[in-house]
This record gives sequence, C-alpha cells and structure tokens, in this order.
Amino acid sequence: MTPRLTLATASRVLTQLRHDHRTIALIIVLPCVVLGLIAWLFDGTPVLNQFGPVYVGIFPVVVMFLVTSVATLRERTSGTLERLMSLPLGKGDFVTGYALAFGLLAIVQALVLVAFTVWVCGMDVAGELWVLVLCAVLSAILGSALGLAASALARTEFQAVQLMPATLFPQLILCGLAMPRAQMPEVLEALSRVFPLTYVVDALGGVARGLAFTDIASEVGLVALFIVAAVLGGSLTLRRRTP
Amino acid sequence: MGNKGNVVEARGLTVVRGTTTALGGVDLDVPSHQIVGLLGPSGSGKTTLMRSIVGVQRTTAGSMTVLGRPAGHPELRRVVGYTTQAASVYADLTVTENLRYFAALLGAHASDIERALVAVDMAGLAGRTVGTLSGGERSRVSLAAALLGDPQLLVLDEPTVGLDPVLRRDLWDLFARLRNDGVSLLVSSHVMDEAARCDRLVLLREGQVLADATLPELLERTGTSEAGEAFLALIEARGEEGR
Repeated sequence: MTPRLTLATASRVLTQLRHDHRTIALIIVLPCVVLGLIAWLFDGTPVLNQFGPVYVGIFPVVVMFLVTSVATLRERTSGTLERLMSLPLGKGDFVTGYALAFGLLAIVQALVLVAFTVWVCGMDVAGELWVLVLCAVLSAILGSALGLAASALARTEFQAVQLMPATLFPQLILCGLAMPRAQMPEVLEALSRVFPLTYVVDALGGVARGLAFTDIASEVGLVALFIVAAVLGGSLTLRRRTP
Repeated sequence: MGNKGNVVEARGLTVVRGTTTALGGVDLDVPSHQIVGLLGPSGSGKTTLMRSIVGVQRTTAGSMTVLGRPAGHPELRRVVGYTTQAASVYADLTVTENLRYFAALLGAHASDIERALVAVDMAGLAGRTVGTLSGGERSRVSLAAALLGDPQLLVLDEPTVGLDPVLRRDLWDLFARLRNDGVSLLVSSHVMDEAARCDRLVLLREGQVLADATLPELLERTGTSEAGEAFLALIEARGEEGR
C-alpha cells in the first residue's frame, strides 16, 4: 500500500460524490427523516430517549452498506476496476481509499443525524453526547466497511442489493433489539457475539442508559476491530486476476 | 529469456473457463516498435489474450513474458498501457478529473494530461462530464488514460469501434506516430480494413492462432487481395485439413 495512491483514490471517490448531489442529500437526509418519524410516532413516551441512540447507530449502517456496495460493484461492471488492477494501484489502496471517502461521508452523516435527533426531535441522551457521536460515526463507517467486504461476493447488481438483507438482517434480529440477548436460545446468543452490530447496539444502549465511555470502551474497541477486519477482508477478497 | 526483439512472448497459453476453452494453446510474439493487429471475430479470444498480457486474466496453462518479465509482474503496471473494450473511465467525472486520477496512479505529471488529450483530439472537451460524451469520445478519453506516463507497450482492445472514418484514420495515424517514437502496440479489431495499418497481423479464431504474418505475406500465402478474404481462405483451408 502507498498512502499517495490511497489518498488519490479517496479524493477521486469524493469527487464522484460531489457530482452527485442527490445521493449526498439522500445519505444525509434519509436517516434524519426516519428518526423524525420515530420521534413523532412515540411523542410523549420515553421511547425516543430509550431507543433513539441505538437507532442513530443502526440506520447509517444500512444506508452506508448499500451505497458502498453499489459503488464498488459499479467499478466492477464498468471495467474501471479491471483497468485499475492493471495499474500500479494496490488492492489495499483501492479498498482503503473507498473506506476513507465513505468514512468521511459517514462522519458528516452521523454528525447531522445526532444534531437533528437531539436538537430538533428533542432526544434526551443520558450518557455523554460525544460518546454518542463517536458510536454513530463508527457504526456508519462499519456499514461502509461491511459493504466493501460484501461487494467482493457480488457479480451483479441484483446480488449486490440482496447482500444487504443477507448480511444485515440476521444481525438486526440477533443484536438484542428484538429480544434481550440474555433471553435468547444459547446458540443464537453465541451467534450474536460474532456479529459486529451486536456491539454497536450494546455500546449505544449503554449511552442511552447513561453509562460513561470507560464502561463501553471494550464494545467501541470491538467495533473498531471489526471495521479493520472488514477492510482487510475486502482487500483480500479483491482479485487482480479474474477468470 | 527469449528473443530481445519481442515485447510479448506467449507459449502454449491456455485459458479454460468452465467447459469452454477461451484460448487453446496460443503462441504469440509481439515484436518491439511495431503495431501488431489482433484480428478475429467476437468470441475468438482477443480480449482474453489481451487481459492475459496486462495480468488481469487467470490463465490455465502456458507461459507469457511481457517486456522480459512474467505477465502481471508489478513492474509492468507502470509501462503497459491498457484500454478495455468498453471505455473504462468514470462516467460521473469530467475528462480532466478522470485523467488526473489515472495520472496520479502512474505518478505522471499534470502536464502529461494535456499532452494525452491533444493526442486523442479531446482537449476541447476537457471540462465535460464523461457521461455526457458520445461513445466514441468516451473511448478516446479511455485511450488518453492509457497514454499517460511513459508506456512502452500499449494493449488496446478495439479502440476504434464506433468511430467515424475520419477519427479512425486519425487514431491510426496516432498509433503510427507512437510506434515511430518507440512504443510497441497490440491493437485488436474486427474491422478487416484496419489490417493495412498494422505492421503484423495475428488472426485469432476460436481461441487458436490461424496466422501470424505481415499482410503481404498473408495475401501471398492465400492468393487473396485483402485481409478479410485471406481470413476466410485460412478458415476454409483449416476446415479441409480437419476433414
């Protein structure tokens, strides 16, 4: 890997995004609309304060997963990936470049979303606000990284779109939102421990209950490790030579 | 390591995809400082052969040397320019933004972008978004990207497809100038009248090399007056042999 090539790739991806105002608007606005609907639906109840922080982490994962996996698939089908693989660009440069560009977008998305839910929807965060922002940013980056890793498996647009439910739905069901993990059948509880979303929900649930950063630091650390692993996995599954 | 006069040497190159044989033991020599035309119908293995040269094709058997190194060697990525059949450039970036990225990957100077654009007669459209260009203009942007840096070998997959006759002539003039400047070129085409602009011809059909000769040699051998007829005569002669 060469930092110069990684940064050139990240800046190229950001330039592409800059040309696509509608996508940027969707990425930034969509999670706010969803959170706004939840706030409105449960107006006058403590639901937003209890679960809002968790949702702040979950929607960006879904949005960023989709955007990233489609973007990398586009490189594959347009032939640009093939050209890049014939050029002096490392596979790690390619994947990390994408992760950096979408990570930056994820940061903006998370900041806007937290600001909107706290100041517009009136969510009362029991824990510290900066921890909520950190967790939201990490979960959005996690969505990007998982999208990058998964897109290596997709050969067509249809497959790429299916990868989102295939990768994220089992995690959403087992992450502790549908049922507290302590009450799950043992096998499913064990399975939930290998899913990154579980730790996102644990950390954000902690923020909602008013835990300090030190109490959820291990969960946050695990999410960061999952991000690194997904980026590494994405570079390893990328093939310079194809059949 | 083989003849120093050849920039590409393939021996018994075989590519099998599932049950189909894309290349069945191809021997190929591309002499340096020449334009070698790779002619054959669609599906004959031209693209697979070119992909093998630039190191993005998984091969089944045989050997291939490019500029004295095994095909796909990292050192080659800087000195072998490649265009895929579809224009492999980013449709959502401008012409200049595209070339700026590819120049960054090659470590080429910004001034190189202007030179490449002038070479393909696209300097006037430098600020246009590639997605708004015609197919022919897009493929010239793709070609300009392959000219960046200091390529010693250009592997061009159907670079003149869909271009009007004047542009096609201009591009072949450009190829001749590049050859005179010391670049070696392998150019695929299914338009037989382009054979006259090549120093050497390789006729490919069903993954086999039918002929590897200069145009005059080919015409003399088959007793024909143009490349298309010669191709037909070779196919028929081979059919007789098989009977």
